[in-house]
Amino acid sequence: MKTRALVLNGVLAGCIVGLSALSLLWGEHAFSFTQALLEWLAGQHTAEAVILGELRLPRMLLAILVGGTLGLSGAVLQGYLRNPLADPGLLGVSGGAALGAVCVFYTGLAQLGLAVLPLGGLTGALVAAVLLVMLVGRGGALVLLLAGAALSSFTAALTAMVLNLVPSPYASFEIMRWLMGSLTDRTVLDVLLVLPGVGIGCVLMASSARALDALIMGEDVATTLGFRFKGVTGVQMRIVMGTSLAVGSCVAVSGAIGFVGLVVPHLLRGLAGHRPSRLLLPAFLGGATLLLGADIVVRLAATHKELQIGVVTALIGAPVFFHRVIQFRKRGGF
Amino acid sequence: MLTVTELSCRHGENTLLRSASATFPAGCVTGLIGPNGAGKSTLLRLMAGLSVPSSGTVLAEGRALSTLTAQKRARMLAYMPQDIPPFPPMPVREIASLGRLPYGEGATRAEYHPAVERALALTGLQALAGRTADQLSGGERARLMLARALSTETPVLLADEAVAALDPAHALAVMHLLRNLAAEGRCIVLVIHDLLLATRFCDQLVLMKDGETVTSLPPSDLRENILRSVYGVTTRRIEQGWVPWDLAKTPAGEHFHQIVGT
Repeated sequence: MKTRALVLNGVLAGCIVGLSALSLLWGEHAFSFTQALLEWLAGQHTAEAVILGELRLPRMLLAILVGGTLGLSGAVLQGYLRNPLADPGLLGVSGGAALGAVCVFYTGLAQLGLAVLPLGGLTGALVAAVLLVMLVGRGGALVLLLAGAALSSFTAALTAMVLNLVPSPYASFEIMRWLMGSLTDRTVLDVLLVLPGVGIGCVLMASSARALDALIMGEDVATTLGFRFKGVTGVQMRIVMGTSLAVGSCVAVSGAIGFVGLVVPHLLRGLAGHRPSRLLLPAFLGGATLLLGADIVVRLAATHKELQIGVVTALIGAPVFFHRVIQFRKRGGF
Repeated sequence: MLTVTELSCRHGENTLLRSASATFPAGCVTGLIGPNGAGKSTLLRLMAGLSVPSSGTVLAEGRALSTLTAQKRARMLAYMPQDIPPFPPMPVREIASLGRLPYGEGATRAEYHPAVERALALTGLQALAGRTADQLSGGERARLMLARALSTETPVLLADEAVAALDPAHALAVMHLLRNLAAEGRCIVLVIHDLLLATRFCDQLVLMKDGETVTSLPPSDLRENILRSVYGVTTRRIEQGWVPWDLAKTPAGEHFHQIVGT
């Protein structure tokens, strides 16, 4: 099992390296990679250095961070809620981030600077996370599920209301495009905004790995095995805060990218095994691979109008999910 | 050894347990018996630290359970719940090895720990160790829950209806196993409804009714009038005649109780 995990993680890491290289090297504008890299490292502002360091590099890094976060969050939530349909969007924090960003669009604050839009998204995500924690209180996994569903519906309703009230069709179009998710034209600043939330969030989520294993036997047995699920430092709070911080930060920068968190754990469970802790690293690597790949597809398919990456992940994810449904039905499995 | 003193538990307006007191000695199998709703599972959950008592204390090896860290408690008490969750398609050995989690061992090391090997052998699951747990029958799943509990190697085992899902042969095997574990010096507390098994295999019976502990006694002292007051049914004490298993070497000797009607 250990060798299998090493091989799987190695292959996925290899895919990330390969796709990252492709992401950096391939684009509409062909140039010498080494030359551009040296110029960028030397701080020169040539066109090639700017394309490489300020357009392709942030895009590639964001694909890894956002994809990895979504994959990991999906695996953690599916393990914690013991529900194969759990998805990072389930907690309502993504909805909060989207609402925050949409409000920035609506008020015109987005014109003030590049950082305002992601900061608006981050604020929305944090407000939603606080509301979620307050709603859940001392409740368990079921209350978390219900609170997340309620918050998700509420933020979706508010987002729809803002969209409804937008005075200009152009602004409405821009909001819709943003909501579909994209990594286009993101900058190093976006990467820096995402990093703290993703870093802290992923550490919090990873720290719950063994508790997720124990939960296979049910919450009572897991508690008697020494894991505390309730309370401020309990497993549930770590998972809620971890997914909220990481996913909220990602959505604030990239918009809502669906299906990665839902599908990646399903795709990898057969290879990594059904022990939740064994799925976490592959899910991060798999999510990063999927989003890097989807971003390259977006760039390959670009004609006069670039496809939004959220559309591509949905187009990849939905058929995979159909396939899994058929497999489940045949096997009647977990 | 576990001791509960004046233990009470309330849930909203309902009193689930009222001033329950009992001692559960090491080296003994104690059967918690009583009708449904008597508070047996509540008492077991309080002893496992899963619920907080409204008053009273639980002493484990002379120390209040509430003062022990979660890790120390996990290494002292193993709990086997009444309800068995649906298992994912993980190998049986891997699920049994989850009992090693309180020791912080890595997954691979835990799987081949001698305690896991022993737990699988004791519960008769060695031949199924490589099979995935979602393919097990109800009885096999119950034995897997027990194997997980045994792999933690705790001095105390709290089992809520451990034999309820088992056929007579496996129920007997598990009761024999619990007796052997008690013989090693462990404290075994078992919620059990089967009076024949309880009187045959337990060293001590704690009778409960309406959230109270009625009495603690050895099975040989169990009388029809006590059972009538607890269950409200008439029982017959069997001294001779056919019983579905070997009578030798049981704490109750040749005395059994069979419910014959109201």
